[in-house]
Amino acid sequence: MLAVEGLTKRFGGFRAVNNLSFRVEQGEILGLIGPNGSGKSTIFNMLSGTLPPTSGSILFDGREIAGLAPHRIIVSGIGRTFQIPRPFHRLSIFENVALAAFYGQGRHSRAKAEEAAERALAMVGLPTDRHASVEGLGAAGLKKLELAKALATGPKLLLADESLGGLDETEMDQAADMLRRIRDELGITIIWVEHIMGVLMRVVDRVMVLDHGEKIAEGLPADVAGDAKVIEVYLGTDADASLAAAVAEQARRRIGA
Amino acid sequence: MTSKLAGWIIALIALVALPFVHRDPYHLHLLVLILIWSFAYTSWSIMGRFGLVSLGHGGFMGIGAYVTALLWNHLGVSPWIGIPLSMVTAGVLALIVAYPCFRFRITGHYFVLVTLALSGIVLQVITAIRDYTGGSLGYTPRRAGGSSIAALQFDDKTTWYMIALAVWLAGLVIWRWIDRGMISQAMEAISEDEDAAAAVGVNVTAEKLKITLISAMMTALAGALYCQYQMFISPDTVSGIAVSLQMVFAAIVGGVYVALGPTVGAIITIVLAESLRIGFGTSAVGWDNLVYGVLLVLFIIFLPKGILGSVIDRITLPRKTPIDKTSVDKTPADKPPRNHEQETVPSARR
Repeated sequence: MLAVEGLTKRFGGFRAVNNLSFRVEQGEILGLIGPNGSGKSTIFNMLSGTLPPTSGSILFDGREIAGLAPHRIIVSGIGRTFQIPRPFHRLSIFENVALAAFYGQGRHSRAKAEEAAERALAMVGLPTDRHASVEGLGAAGLKKLELAKALATGPKLLLADESLGGLDETEMDQAADMLRRIRDELGITIIWVEHIMGVLMRVVDRVMVLDHGEKIAEGLPADVAGDAKVIEVYLGTDADASLAAAVAEQARRRIGA
Repeated sequence: MTSKLAGWIIALIALVALPFVHRDPYHLHLLVLILIWSFAYTSWSIMGRFGLVSLGHGGFMGIGAYVTALLWNHLGVSPWIGIPLSMVTAGVLALIVAYPCFRFRITGHYFVLVTLALSGIVLQVITAIRDYTGGSLGYTPRRAGGSSIAALQFDDKTTWYMIALAVWLAGLVIWRWIDRGMISQAMEAISEDEDAAAAVGVNVTAEKLKITLISAMMTALAGALYCQYQMFISPDTVSGIAVSLQMVFAAIVGGVYVALGPTVGAIITIVLAESLRIGFGTSAVGWDNLVYGVLLVLFIIFLPKGILGSVIDRITLPRKTPIDKTSVDKTPADKPPRNHEQETVPSARR
């Protein structure tokens, strides 16, 4: 459903993303991992239109979307969350999501948008009360709101950016389960960017590992977790071999492979 | 809700009946001025409440007044056609100025500066083409002789009062229509975070342009009406930076987050200007501007919601909706009343 070809983003002389190609199949959850500054968020920003790519092509459902305005990409069926939640504080929780439903689905009917907002809020487990304020939400609540906004736009493809940063272990597991439920129940394809490898590995179908804007590994979670290059990127070359093995083992256990 | 509606209907009947009960021409004159300026300030607040602080509205008002008058005097075009044309002119100019601003993300103070330039330019153009506009000496639409519907000239103040009342009401209806629409929430979102608004599918540039267009065209209508009513316009009274500033002042003093806020602002500014004029005569010329300036600073600091906004807050504040804590998070939350409670005025927002 998504075919990315030769995607490149340069900031001055710095290549944040360099000649990257990958595909996402209908109904899968693709994990996107890599150290800080490896270009994950830049890729999301290009996929969602927030940043225009320097070069390359992005085919979504067979349609070229590289360089389109963000609102057009959203309306065409891609939803996104931001790494740091960006709620609209002057709107209530419900209004935040209803706004996303109204504009994200092509401004049809307000009543339909409100229904969609209720469904999205129920999906992520936020109250559907019309007046509840955003100010009452903590880190986990804001992440849920971010997700509800993205879902309300009616996406076929969801770009979930670093959904778990700042959450505790239980909250992380809940959030990971939620992404899986979104895929299973709503049939939404997901690209999930995450620092925390363990949780991600448990949920995704496939992983792509980035370093310095380039793809260094791609494949099933179990294979990637044992990949020497990936271990090197995450732990450094001098990493104790036994430590690396332990990490790989732990990852495998979480996946249940 | 129904009692509120009844209140509106009674107030409306009282307003319509007023000129037939109280026939003092001076008071009627003041009321007409208040209604026309209220409409202008309401037009400004349609943009201003969303953080789009324009100092260019004096320009739109001037275009409304001068285009209508020039078309009538030079080409004999009736104001019934001239006014819509002047509104279109203002709208086109607004789009020409605003589109690049919005497209290239010129926001906050920079946007204010661009609009300030617009005010200045319109003023300069009016003054420069003095062969047509009379320059800074002012301009008078040609008299049709007596009351004439075609020329939109009426000798009796009651007619003008009714026209001004209808237009003012239309302004409130538009204000409310926007306030209740999704565009209001989209604009709130845009004023907070344009990227995040775009990421939920809002066409940021288009929504801002819509609001700007509505606001500019309404302001031009206010200018044209002022011209037809006063039958004399000069660059200083309907255009330029002073008029723009006066709009900002009145709207903020009254309150931009409530429908009647700008109207309250108009009542205060006009009553203030008139009392200074009557109390001190010519020795007080320009004092009202001084008072405006001082008050504006005080209001921005101490009463950013404006007089009416603050009064309404005072009455309705204990209206808190507790959040369902179990399903959300740890922090308790109260929903602050939204519409007119922003913590600072738009100009200070960014």
